[in-house]
Amino acid sequence: MYSLFLGCIAPLRYPGIESATREILRELGVEYNELEGASCCPAPGVMRSFDEKTWLSIASRNLQISEKKETELLTICNGCYGSLFEAAHILETDEKKRSDVNEIIGEGGYNGTTKVRHIAEVLYKELGTDEIRSKVRDGLKLNIAVHYGCHFLKPSKIKKLDDPERPTMLDELVEATGAVSVPYKDKQMCCGAGGGVRAGSPDVALEMAKNKIDNMKAAGAQCIVTPCPFCHLQFDRGQKELGDGYDLPVIHLSQILGMAIGLDKNKLGFESHVTPVDPIL
Amino acid sequence: MTDEYVRPNPEFTKRVIDAGGDTLNLCFQCGTCTGSCPSGRYTAFRVRKMIRKAQLGLKDEVLPSDDLWYCTTCYTCYERCPRGVDIPGIVLAIRNIAVQEGYMKEAHKKTASFIVNNGHLMSLKDEHKALRKDNGLDEVPPTVLMYEDALKSVKSIIEKTEFEKLIGSA
Repeated sequence: MYSLFLGCIAPLRYPGIESATREILRELGVEYNELEGASCCPAPGVMRSFDEKTWLSIASRNLQISEKKETELLTICNGCYGSLFEAAHILETDEKKRSDVNEIIGEGGYNGTTKVRHIAEVLYKELGTDEIRSKVRDGLKLNIAVHYGCHFLKPSKIKKLDDPERPTMLDELVEATGAVSVPYKDKQMCCGAGGGVRAGSPDVALEMAKNKIDNMKAAGAQCIVTPCPFCHLQFDRGQKELGDGYDLPVIHLSQILGMAIGLDKNKLGFESHVTPVDPIL
Repeated sequence: MTDEYVRPNPEFTKRVIDAGGDTLNLCFQCGTCTGSCPSGRYTAFRVRKMIRKAQLGLKDEVLPSDDLWYCTTCYTCYERCPRGVDIPGIVLAIRNIAVQEGYMKEAHKKTASFIVNNGHLMSLKDEHKALRKDNGLDEVPPTVLMYEDALKSVKSIIEKTEFEKLIGSA
């Protein structure tokens, strides 16, 4: 059983990512419950940059909620996944840090047992692409630029999900919808948003996003698919900031799977996207 | 003339190592990190140089520098480093020290204050509630936003780590 960790960007800015996730989990028969009272993961780039102790303490409180429910913690965002996975790894392997943090969080402390999962790898490993393909109604006829984002697979030494330089997991999931994942230049490059760069140096962040989007467009992509609401926000809002000629729709993994299995359009929540999705509907 | 020479400061080097940079001295300056760095394509940030300065303990060159905040923590350098240096971990360790020493961007203080006040990175306004409702969701997600006690417990953590004081002084 999983507990759904919502994070911040999906529930508060792109609720369609949350509703599409809930619907596809139901349609695909993945059981989950709520992680009541969870907070921000907290955001690894900013909080961990400012104060490791506060970052680790708030993260361990989130892990503690899942531990008490005896569930695996299911994330829908690379940032949440990266933050909580690394925090769980530190707390599992470093007893000193765990006992320091337990003094701070109280409520019985955290024992270091929560398993942190990412929706993309759960769908890939626990269900598999054949199962997903069997639920697809009319195959999507789209050329898609798949963007993995950084904190899904890296650091690969502890995540051990796929080759961080030439991964296929997400491409396979996206192609299970009938769409084509197009190869493009510098596919594994960062979107530019992480590490507090979007907040602190927006021009630098935008330049990085622009380069990726230019490469995606040059490869003939009709939309971007990412498993991360922060990369999603960076590409979606970034294109408005870039202006004319930047209109590549941005779609979360849950939303593209939702489209493929024929979910109701209002459950996909495309109206919260800044860059219109209509051209591919 | 001696001022022109680099004066190593082992105390600062040790501080970086203690703050999470325990692989710092494994670096032999090959430059694979800089060659792999996305931010390095668009800025003058050279992560190899940052690591070298940290090895030498050049506190005054490292802490106030804008370069320190150009790392997106993408981990490509860490993946490719032939010496297994946890480069993003070192960057984060130096950032922690920079904040303690009062170097923090206003935009970052603002982001941090959202978490302090809301337990989330951003607020939930009426327009977002309406969107949630349109998508068939509860107006308020079942997070700290729904449970007052939960938000209190996050705030109590922040109080204990004296995080507000830290960013207030930065």
